Amino acid sequence: MAFRAHVIISGAPEQAQGVKTALLEQIDTLGLNEEVEIREATDLTIASQGVEAIVYPDATHYIDLTPEDAALIAEEHLYKGRPVERLVYEEPGVEPLPEPSIKEVRVVLKNVGKINPEDIDDYIAEDGYAALGKALTEMTPDDVIAELKASGLRGRGGAGFPTWLKWTFARQATGSPKYLVCNGDEGDPGAFMNRRVLEGDPHSVIEGMAIAAYAIGASQGYFYVRAEYPIAIETLRVAIEQARTYGLLGENIFDTGFSFDLEVRMGAGAFVCGEETALMQSIEGKRGQPRTRPPFPAVSGLWGKPTNINNVETYANVPQILLKGGEWFASMGTERSKGTKTFAIAGKVKRTGLIEVPLGITVREIIYDVGGGILDDKAYKAVQTGGPMGGCIPEKYLDMPVDYESLASVGSIMGSGGFVVMDEDTCMVDIARFFMEFVQEESCGKCVPCRVGTRKMLDILNRICGGEGRPGDIESLEVLGKYIKSGSLCGLGQGAPNPVLSTIEHFRDEYEAHIYDKKCPAQVCRALIEYKVDPETCIGCTRCARNCPVDAISGTPREAHIIDPEICIRCGICEQVCPVNAISHE
Amino acid sequence: MKSLEELRQIKERALQRRKLSGEGSRARVVVAMGTCGIAAGARDTMSAILKELEQRDIADVVVTQTGCLGLCEYEPIVQVQVGEQDMVTYGNIGPDRVATLIEEHVVGGAPVEKWQLKG
Repeated sequence: MAFRAHVIISGAPEQAQGVKTALLEQIDTLGLNEEVEIREATDLTIASQGVEAIVYPDATHYIDLTPEDAALIAEEHLYKGRPVERLVYEEPGVEPLPEPSIKEVRVVLKNVGKINPEDIDDYIAEDGYAALGKALTEMTPDDVIAELKASGLRGRGGAGFPTWLKWTFARQATGSPKYLVCNGDEGDPGAFMNRRVLEGDPHSVIEGMAIAAYAIGASQGYFYVRAEYPIAIETLRVAIEQARTYGLLGENIFDTGFSFDLEVRMGAGAFVCGEETALMQSIEGKRGQPRTRPPFPAVSGLWGKPTNINNVETYANVPQILLKGGEWFASMGTERSKGTKTFAIAGKVKRTGLIEVPLGITVREIIYDVGGGILDDKAYKAVQTGGPMGGCIPEKYLDMPVDYESLASVGSIMGSGGFVVMDEDTCMVDIARFFMEFVQEESCGKCVPCRVGTRKMLDILNRICGGEGRPGDIESLEVLGKYIKSGSLCGLGQGAPNPVLSTIEHFRDEYEAHIYDKKCPAQVCRALIEYKVDPETCIGCTRCARNCPVDAISGTPREAHIIDPEICIRCGICEQVCPVNAISHE
Repeated sequence: MKSLEELRQIKERALQRRKLSGEGSRARVVVAMGTCGIAAGARDTMSAILKELEQRDIADVVVTQTGCLGLCEYEPIVQVQVGEQDMVTYGNIGPDRVATLIEEHVVGGAPVEKWQLKG
């Protein structure tokens, strides 16, 4: 039967029953039985708001209802179609943010969220293209590279190779034409720093590329952006077109004889194409697989020609380095890691989002000062930096500075800037399994250790999380990890074992608990937890049995119920619906 | 682009245009339209703003867009600047909040405190 409206009621059982009865009576009186359906739910909202009801299709949310209110809702809302405003729940206002953290310093993101990305004039108003003008009219390519050297800028794609050195290699390489590539294939789960720059300030990247092209002697550039970023691609195309109209791309820029133009190429969804040699294969229209290096792209890149390839964020830093000077940039950061870095903070932290901080800031400052601390004030457990090839940093390194070398020293990487925070409720074995599943699926299959090894590691992790862990599994993971790292051509394989190896190093006890005690300390791995009914507390209300999706609960009314662990799928519904908290899991 | 002078002129023109009085407008409304904003419904918010202004026959308000502000969980984010006052940033502005926002802040000149993102 098709109902015109549905009402979902929730709340403490007795009170909810009273409201439901009153509602049903009034509906009956008004003759709406055929038109309105009433249903019960357990918790409509996280915070208890007394007896609540949501009326569909318009999803009006009522709270703190009494039976009298229910009758009124039936009369006014269901019968006359006028929601009872007085009872409607209004979401609380947005929680005010504390003062912006003084720890955030915006260089790459200085214009993002401030200018209209589809209006080149707005970028020029912020001194846009002044750096390109300066480079072309006042500096030689060697001057540009010298300024970059003074700045200490290192590759923001993750490996941290000095940018000036990369440009020098490309400049010195013989061969013509030379190409320039921007790597916008940002594929790490949960990381979207580059997307934000491409969407919010595309001209800063275009300008950085034009300057790089001048420095190395290239005249053609390619933007490689993943197809999953349609808005970024569209914004870029608009920006490139506007730059061409102004003559900032194309022939004879600033009347200096320098010519440079750009083309956008879309990635087709392969994670490995973020690796530079695979990326260039993809631009050439070939299957995206890495190749051996040397020769490095600076010598033999796109179509066998000298090619410079940098990340979005690296290029976006360049215009400001030229405008404000390398020394200004080098004044931020640490001895070996200069400037700022953008991070995507995600996971169990109060304020998730995108931030830009000077390198050398500590992990603690990022999480507690910029991120506002752990969600629900739980305990910090680890942070995963650098995406699926990064490692987990435990509590004892909270005061470690975030820079390329420090992260590497604890088994992680800078990567492109993913920063996934985990709290005490996170199972480290499960996290390692998650990342291994990701890299296993994304392995291109060229190198056997990566192709087969990641599969084997995933099998072992699945077994451990599934409660079938065996003695020796941890050691097997370590051995496999070692061989995959040393036997793979590219960063994907070389980094794939990192999440597993770093969690084994820092959280070995959790692996042991899974394997030997058959327990998941964080109670995440379903096969290792069991739901039980406390026979003393159970009142035999049958609510759990009625709600169990697999009929794993049996018992007669008013007597203690029993859960059959063989049938139970550990969905946890019974624990949620039990009115007397008689069901628990461990 | 033939010279630095030409670039400088474009910059001057753009800066001049930014001043609201320079373009004869009373207010500027900026919607964050990055992927995060759009995923949270910024396009609906944008349409609602344009519709609301049209219904009220208000023509001297500049409606424009920008990228992600880094506060993705507060999207859709809308910024309002009236006259030469400071820009006010609002979070979680769905289409249902647009009418109030225009009424109280753009027309009335008083920021809507409860939706404001401070700091």
